[in-house]
Amino acid sequence: MTNEQDKILGDVTSGDYKYGFVTDIETDTIPKGLSEDVVRLISEKKGEPEWMLEFRLKAYRYWEKMEMPQWAHLFIPEINYQDIIFYAAPKQKVSLGSLDEVDPELLDTFSRLGIPLEEQKILSGVAVDAVMDSISVKTTFRENLAEQGIIFCSMSEAIREHPDLVKKYLASVVPVTDNYFAALNSAVFSDGSFCYIPKGVRCPMELSTYFRINAANTGQFERTLLIADADSYVSYLEGCTAPQRDENQLHAAVVEIVAMENAEVKYSTVQNWYPGDKNGKGGIYNFVTKRGICKGANSKISWTQVETGSAITWKYPSCILMGENSYGEFYSVAVTNNHQQADTGTKMIHIGKNTRSRIVSKGISAGVSNNSYRGLVKVLKGAENSRNFSQCDSLLLGDKCGAHTFPYIEVDNPSSIVEHEATTSKIGEDQIFYCNQRGISTEDAVALIINGYAKEVLNKLPMEFAVEAQKLLQISLEGSVG
Amino acid sequence: MLKVKDLHASINGKEILKGINLEVKAGEIHAIMGPNGSGKSTLSAVLAGKEIFEVTHGEIEFNGKNLLELSPEERSREGIFLSFQYPIEIPGVSMVNFMKTALNEHRKHKGLDPVTASDFLKLMRERKELVEIDSALTNRAVNEGFSGGEKKKNEIFQMAMLEPKLAILDETDSGLDIDALRIVANGVNKLKRSDNATIVITHYQRLLDYIVPDFVHILYNGQIVKTGGKELALELEEKGYDWIKNGEQN
Repeated sequence: MTNEQDKILGDVTSGDYKYGFVTDIETDTIPKGLSEDVVRLISEKKGEPEWMLEFRLKAYRYWEKMEMPQWAHLFIPEINYQDIIFYAAPKQKVSLGSLDEVDPELLDTFSRLGIPLEEQKILSGVAVDAVMDSISVKTTFRENLAEQGIIFCSMSEAIREHPDLVKKYLASVVPVTDNYFAALNSAVFSDGSFCYIPKGVRCPMELSTYFRINAANTGQFERTLLIADADSYVSYLEGCTAPQRDENQLHAAVVEIVAMENAEVKYSTVQNWYPGDKNGKGGIYNFVTKRGICKGANSKISWTQVETGSAITWKYPSCILMGENSYGEFYSVAVTNNHQQADTGTKMIHIGKNTRSRIVSKGISAGVSNNSYRGLVKVLKGAENSRNFSQCDSLLLGDKCGAHTFPYIEVDNPSSIVEHEATTSKIGEDQIFYCNQRGISTEDAVALIINGYAKEVLNKLPMEFAVEAQKLLQISLEGSVG
Repeated sequence: MLKVKDLHASINGKEILKGINLEVKAGEIHAIMGPNGSGKSTLSAVLAGKEIFEVTHGEIEFNGKNLLELSPEERSREGIFLSFQYPIEIPGVSMVNFMKTALNEHRKHKGLDPVTASDFLKLMRERKELVEIDSALTNRAVNEGFSGGEKKKNEIFQMAMLEPKLAILDETDSGLDIDALRIVANGVNKLKRSDNATIVITHYQRLLDYIVPDFVHILYNGQIVKTGGKELALELEEKGYDWIKNGEQN
């Protein structure tokens, strides 16, 4: 029976990746490899000002001296940076005044991904920045947002149009020298989204960036910068997919969030990069640095992530709680199946008085995958009365996968309260049989049980995406239950 | 409705059921009694299709279909309902979602469209009243944090929602106080119709004061060793299971 169940678990969790298609479009690529010249070339391609090039070169020179971090509970094959294309842009007309000028192939691609960019089909209530490979293809609803003073555009454009804001905030949360992949990103990032919410403005719609890797042998290095000025609010969502390819592809992004006094930022991710095939061939290496700073008093940053894709995930969305009474949240569901590996979690750095943080991490492992939670709760000396609550649950499907928890807690203030709870469980055959007996098939039963398990996190997603995320969980675990 | 012929079943190579013969017709209530380890729960699990048990010999026919060829979910959709002795907790899954998923599977099987949200809520309300189940119970996750009595009531509520042709109540009385027992039994009685049937599995005759059986079978050592009317349960209560055990030896 146990074998039988493992077989069904296996069947349920080995479903096919739905977004593995390739768009046939002419691409402007630069030769493989990384050097100072390549960094200069990227900057030139993007027509960047001198200060940006200096920023990149400084990062590159620093990165050259760094070594790849080895502390994660991951097996990462050696990455040959000379074998990666660092810039690939789908060719299209220079100016994108109206959507008619966007290549139909691109529109079709995003449409197939469920992200319609045509005006008449545009997702209501969601503004989208669509990024393919190295560049932003189209940002919707810009004019409507601009009426309220909200800036939502590609990073390249922000560098051109809003240099003061970019200069002030870029690398202010994740310094160029922060870590290996952040340094790499700083040197070669090609695009990403930029968002500024002015004082006192509640952003009237969800902002979202959709990342798509298309070209082969290409790395994607995007940079997102989100600034919420005093008393503002924004909810932001990112999604990602990539074609099915036999070789591994590198995605090394940096996301920075700045929340001023009384500002609130909700940042949600549905990460569905190609995870590789059942035998572990191919897939995206997702090495991402995400960090937000609650700069002002009473500010709040909330990270929600649903991580189902990528061959390897290395990602720790974090909060620096500097302002008094500021609040950081991290809600995560990470699914690994087949040969996927994930080492993900968060850092909550309590600096200000009365700062609070909450961590809810739900790992789901299936196949022969490995899923680790790694989190740091650090309370500095001056963080009087700060509080943290962490809950890390792991769910195992089958008996060949692994779940690991690495919590680090450093408390330097005696008035703080830090709590940590952890559980590990398996989907019981009794639970499945109970559902079966009520007429529910094993596959549906597993989906039901998993969604129940992840509910606390899924509930944090914007409504439109919670349903998508639920389906995604089900698809990524297809074929793994038995 | 149900015809069990010379049913043998084993777990991990150990034979538990050693030739069960049982026929249940529409409109009937059958009680199966027997001491611990006699095979009562195994029989209910085999009828429901729990795969851990291997059927090594015999036949089960249910409304003309070969039950042994059907998966547990197909058996449920065909109208077999098992009230679990130990109902399972499914954290985070709301009763509403669970019941709706189950009901829609049953409807699909009958070629019906999924139930609308308002019809579903109406049905829930109706059936809750019928089985006198506390409203708050259905707002919670499936059996999560339920008391023993609540879990059993919840089983009867689910039965009321799915309206099975054959309900198997596996020791539904165990762990119930007298009030809960009455509520559960009333629920079962209200759901009784001429076109459905019930198998009540129990240790004690107490439950049979409330759910009056047409037949009582005594299961011992994997076989039905005695069958009679409801008075058999009283006789058993009086004489104890030793009576059966000794009878076997004589």
